[in-house]
Amino acid sequence: MGQTITEKIFSEHAGKTVYAGEIVRVSIDMTIGNDITTPISIKAFEQSRAKELANPDAFAIVMDHYIPAKDIASANQAKISREFAYKHDLKYFFDEKDMGIEHALLPEKGLVIPGDVIIGADSHTCTHGALGAFATGMGSTDISFSIITGGNWFKVPESIRVSLLGKPGKHIYGKDVILELIRILGVDGALYKAIEFVGDGVEYLDMSDRFSMCNMAIEAGAKSGIFAVDATSKAYLDERAQANGGLRSNPKLHYSDSDANYCREITIDMASLSPVIAYPFLPSNGKSVEQAVADDIKIDQVMIGSCTNGRIEDLRIAAEFVKGKRVARHTRMIVTPATQQIFLQAQKEGLMEILIGAGAVVSNPTCGACLGGYMGILGDGERCVATTNRNFVGRMGARTSEIYLANSAIAAASAIAGKIVDPR
Amino acid sequence: MEGKAWKFGDHIDTDLIIAARYLNTSEPEELAKHIMEDADPDFVSKMQVGDIIVAGENFGCGSSREHAPIALKVAGISAIIAPTFARIFYRNSFNMGLPIFELPEASEIAEGDSVRIDMDSGEIINQTDGKRYKFTPIPAFMQELVDAGGLIAYAQQEISEAKDE
Repeated sequence: MGQTITEKIFSEHAGKTVYAGEIVRVSIDMTIGNDITTPISIKAFEQSRAKELANPDAFAIVMDHYIPAKDIASANQAKISREFAYKHDLKYFFDEKDMGIEHALLPEKGLVIPGDVIIGADSHTCTHGALGAFATGMGSTDISFSIITGGNWFKVPESIRVSLLGKPGKHIYGKDVILELIRILGVDGALYKAIEFVGDGVEYLDMSDRFSMCNMAIEAGAKSGIFAVDATSKAYLDERAQANGGLRSNPKLHYSDSDANYCREITIDMASLSPVIAYPFLPSNGKSVEQAVADDIKIDQVMIGSCTNGRIEDLRIAAEFVKGKRVARHTRMIVTPATQQIFLQAQKEGLMEILIGAGAVVSNPTCGACLGGYMGILGDGERCVATTNRNFVGRMGARTSEIYLANSAIAAASAIAGKIVDPR
Repeated sequence: MEGKAWKFGDHIDTDLIIAARYLNTSEPEELAKHIMEDADPDFVSKMQVGDIIVAGENFGCGSSREHAPIALKVAGISAIIAPTFARIFYRNSFNMGLPIFELPEASEIAEGDSVRIDMDSGEIINQTDGKRYKFTPIPAFMQELVDAGGLIAYAQQEISEAKDE
């Protein structure tokens, strides 16, 4: 019987042929923690009798949520991770000196390799499937188990095959495709499943699109999202190898067999897709931008950033829409590049001048605003268009605030108009 | 386990269980002061130690924060009953010892009902209306972890076995 790419990755790690539904114990190629989830992992590590990590070079701690520290409690919490990283001499410890949101930073550093099994104490770890890896979010204790033993257990997931057809129209991005898919599936429609993206339309999606699509697989309840490696991802990996003096290890390319088994098939015609906006309070609440324009939705804040859409491509799109214009008087615009490299690149391309000139505030890389931590909290009744991933009640601040999830073009164009507009 | 039922709807996400604005600490007692705050701001003052949360589909979706089951447990919630749980929350709850039960008929339980969970018979008993339900048994592999005393105890066993070899 044929296998899916996900079954093949698990088979290679398990050293035997496995299929969906089987429980496997496999080695983990990269385990990820951040400043708010790692302290709980460290506590569990210290409660165990472990003296050292099974594989210190397979554990990355990325300080991205409340760093630089937003208050005394965050500073004290950060110390726990910092001290652990120094004590165990971790090679992949990223703090203020090398800042970035984990799911943008690790691929950029050449640390995410096709064929890897990756787990992270952050639900958006599924982002890394865009490079042909199996990647999933877990809790802090599971992360601890992984760094103590070097492995963890999984139920090999069934896969949903999503066929993407046609070339997306102007200002239709990966964000629109994934919001459409979550609208179809619902927030639990892919519970325990892997979402595999295939089809002749894949070639029109750049890495930025693919990262944001895999990133939001969790918003349909999925265990993972995955794209097999193709010319686009190969070119990205080559560029990352060049920038970092090589990749962390050699890619292992896997492709689904034509007779592999899928639990569900979904087709999305990207050529006929309209930009999608997820209304409060669930990511599955997708409406067309035409609907949003008709609803005349005034906005107080625009947020462009996060592990979903804080890449250089997003900043370029934002700059295109605000160039020579001014953010509406009753609206504010926050731009958070996902990594320092993206920040520098934007500077080099003159995007900073355009964004700041239009009245946007550009922050350091952080998850802050997306999860209602800091750097862009919403007040009572305020409305925000965000390129982020969740529009739950209170997610970005006050429990009466509202979040509309959208692509970067809609977000930037709406900042100028002061209400949700169609960027096309 | 026995306690009063508090009802919540479908897709209760971990931001509702413990908002990220409180995640500048991982101290369980601190987190426990704010459970369910954005779903019901008065919940912490209303609930009693031992009470049970009865919710709808996909409880615990969203962020992987283990702070969520930790905060519920330390606040004194004795169990959670829902037709389905989000994947990461399900695994986290086992790992840190918060009892959770899958029950397709969860919506039949009303707020304020007195609910008892009988682990030996695998039953949930609504003592208010007398109805009895079988909860979905946990997967065999996860039972092994529970029997070992949780995931970290399981890892400890492995470390000491490795030393003995």
